[in-house]
Amino acid sequence: MKFDTIIIGGGLSGLISAIECARAGRKTAIVSAGQSALHFWSGSFELLGNVDGKAVIDNPLDLVPSLPAPHPYRKIGAERLRKLLSRVPEILKEAGLKSYGTLDRNHLRLTPLGFMKPAWLTLGDYVAVDADKPLPWKKVAIVNIYSYLDFYPRFLAHGLENRGVKCSMAAVNIPELNVLRKSTTEMRATNMSRFFTDEAVDHLAAEVNKVAGDADAVIMPAVLGIYSDAPVERFRKAVKMPVWFVPTTPASVPGVRCQLSLRDLFIRLGGEFLPGDTVKGGEFEGNRLKRIFTVNLGDMPLEADDFIISTGSFFGHGLIADIERIYEPVFGLDLNVKGGRTEWYEKDFYASQPYMTYGVITDDKFHPYKNGEEIENLYATGALLAGFNALKEGSGAGITLATALHAASCITE
Amino acid sequence: MMTLQQQNISDNNFESCIKCTICTVYCPVTAVNPDYPGPKQAGPDGERYRLKKPLYYDEALKYCLNCKRCEVACPNDVRIGDIIQSARIKYGRHRPSLRDSMLADTDTVGTMASAFAPIVNFTLGLKPVKLLMDTFLGIDDHRTFPKYSSLKFESWYKKNAAEEQEKFDRKVAYFHGCYVNYNYPQLGMDFIKVFNAIGIGVMLLDKEKCCGVAKIANRCVKDATRDAEINLKSIREAVGNGMDVMLTSSTCCFTIRDEYSHVLKLENSDVRDHISLATRELFRLVDEGKVKLVFRKDFHKRVAYHVPCHMEKLGWGIYSSSLMKMIPGLDLVRLDPHCCGIAGTYGFKKEYYNYSQAIGEPLFRQLLESNLDSVATDCETCKWQIEMSTGLTVENPISLIAQALDIEATRAANKAGI
Repeated sequence: MKFDTIIIGGGLSGLISAIECARAGRKTAIVSAGQSALHFWSGSFELLGNVDGKAVIDNPLDLVPSLPAPHPYRKIGAERLRKLLSRVPEILKEAGLKSYGTLDRNHLRLTPLGFMKPAWLTLGDYVAVDADKPLPWKKVAIVNIYSYLDFYPRFLAHGLENRGVKCSMAAVNIPELNVLRKSTTEMRATNMSRFFTDEAVDHLAAEVNKVAGDADAVIMPAVLGIYSDAPVERFRKAVKMPVWFVPTTPASVPGVRCQLSLRDLFIRLGGEFLPGDTVKGGEFEGNRLKRIFTVNLGDMPLEADDFIISTGSFFGHGLIADIERIYEPVFGLDLNVKGGRTEWYEKDFYASQPYMTYGVITDDKFHPYKNGEEIENLYATGALLAGFNALKEGSGAGITLATALHAASCITE
Repeated sequence: MMTLQQQNISDNNFESCIKCTICTVYCPVTAVNPDYPGPKQAGPDGERYRLKKPLYYDEALKYCLNCKRCEVACPNDVRIGDIIQSARIKYGRHRPSLRDSMLADTDTVGTMASAFAPIVNFTLGLKPVKLLMDTFLGIDDHRTFPKYSSLKFESWYKKNAAEEQEKFDRKVAYFHGCYVNYNYPQLGMDFIKVFNAIGIGVMLLDKEKCCGVAKIANRCVKDATRDAEINLKSIREAVGNGMDVMLTSSTCCFTIRDEYSHVLKLENSDVRDHISLATRELFRLVDEGKVKLVFRKDFHKRVAYHVPCHMEKLGWGIYSSSLMKMIPGLDLVRLDPHCCGIAGTYGFKKEYYNYSQAIGEPLFRQLLESNLDSVATDCETCKWQIEMSTGLTVENPISLIAQALDIEATRAANKAGI
């Protein structure tokens, strides 16, 4: 079967590049081996939140030249990054997701443990505040759902009280949720969110109004709006003060929402999404990848002019570490791994771990190499790439999105 | 050489589960039935307990549809659905009821019903009979039974088609399945019509039994294994004679390719790659330029394609949809991926009927809003469910191709042979 572009990996990076390729009129397919790391999403995208251990607020793109040389941001360059990344809110909007944030200045998002971390884009309903101003509330009500264990009001209260906000804590219940408690393991954000529709939303709002007292705002776990904004809008109208959400333990409601919204946009643009299939390998002719083989399609390969590999890092199985080696399992692409197992990590858990920077090495256009030979019609994007520590830098989403958009623009322009 | 990790992985690899709960997000049963513990808990989590003590087996696993959407969603390739099916078979405390055995034994019931088809069809449609079946058997009285055919497909084939097939140089073997044989021979006729038009003869297997999907679901494993062994013997014989085995039912195809080895623990790897769906094979031949399809100019239909759950698991929906897109007069409507809720015999059972309809509801709504001439799907039980719940006509993609094809022109275009 022949396509113009095939993307291996159906997470954030794969979806974004696929959407841009399909929009440009290219016959595009995504092969996705199971659902993606987006299901763990916090509701915020980071661009560059930390350099040399210091939080970055103003003009994060100005710091790009100071990043270590093989860094993906350095390959793209600050000016082009600005152009590429300014597309992201537009794509999210088209998919039905409203977001907040600007490339010139990071805001702070509230983490589930009550910390404030720099972020670039945050979904409209999630806590995002200006870094230099006092928090916009004097008193908040942190309202949990009764017997829901994946949300930690005390941590949040601690964090907010340190910033001078008075906090009250309460848990509410609505009878509609009682059926869910029959199975003790299933009081999860995504399961609950299915029950918060129509009148159940009004009932929840009534309970929240009862406990919120005279708070300026209500902070709640992200348990509404898995399939659309409608329950969130209905809820916000019915609660007497502004409502903000904080992400929960996965599977994450904003994550599922984002995954499904982007997938649906891709399909609306004419794309083919092949779920639950794994690419086993490919056939090369010279420096070009001609076709790939998948587990489900067996002896019927998928052909394309261009390919993008966005299979993620260790967590997404884009990289595999066994006892002896680290490798890229689809094509055996060249990696920047140095030394044996004992050199992959630092014994201090909190230190900058070398393995975090491992990934596929590429040229400046993100073409990867296999046995030292560049593959000219294959692009590597997202967490699979080498040369950055997403955790320490607070840069994972920015790199994922920028490299995806970069690859898509190289293919379509 | 096996790595240390691989040596520590069990049959259905529950150790690979990282407890992310993504499977539960995509489970159609969890969405409507809080009594079901969800695939993570029912599958890999529960398995750890069951291995310790069978007493931990939870009867609520009976609510699983075996749709495998959990497996399609799993980022770690855990065979969640297989773990649940295997646990139901291994630890289930109740023997299959009379009703379950009857629903599962499609061959016996089908043979008897075909013999008296007009009477059976009339009787099964009567309200008092439905009420009796509801009360005494637990078959929901809302459910519409598929009509039985008085002429079995195999009998029709022997009388009307067998001789003609010998003339073709290239042949495939057809696993028609119970539905084509006892209920709807027209689909088998359509398949033969299309394949004959492109120059391929269609043979029947030496002996064909029910694929076993209903017996597996109803835990009649001994009978399922006996039937599966007969089927595999016939399939091996056909493959040995140079024929691939074609099916028109995605569920039969999935069962023979995957459930035989994963759940019944039968060796089928020697023939698995030779077992395929007719739409996949037809697409391949067209895609490789070996076959040309010529379509009629007077065919016009607006059709939505419902990808059955087992087709989603096979990953082959793209072949059926790509073929339908080749038909100039066919306006193909995309649907959100969604289980129809019937899951074979599941939706016939009184205790599951409401869940079955609730699962399918978003699909029915979307279909009814789409202003369709018909719905296409590769699975017969999806067809019954959608027809009963929406009143729309549901057709196999092969039947749509048979209707749209200019048979004479196609035959002429493929005269040279493959």
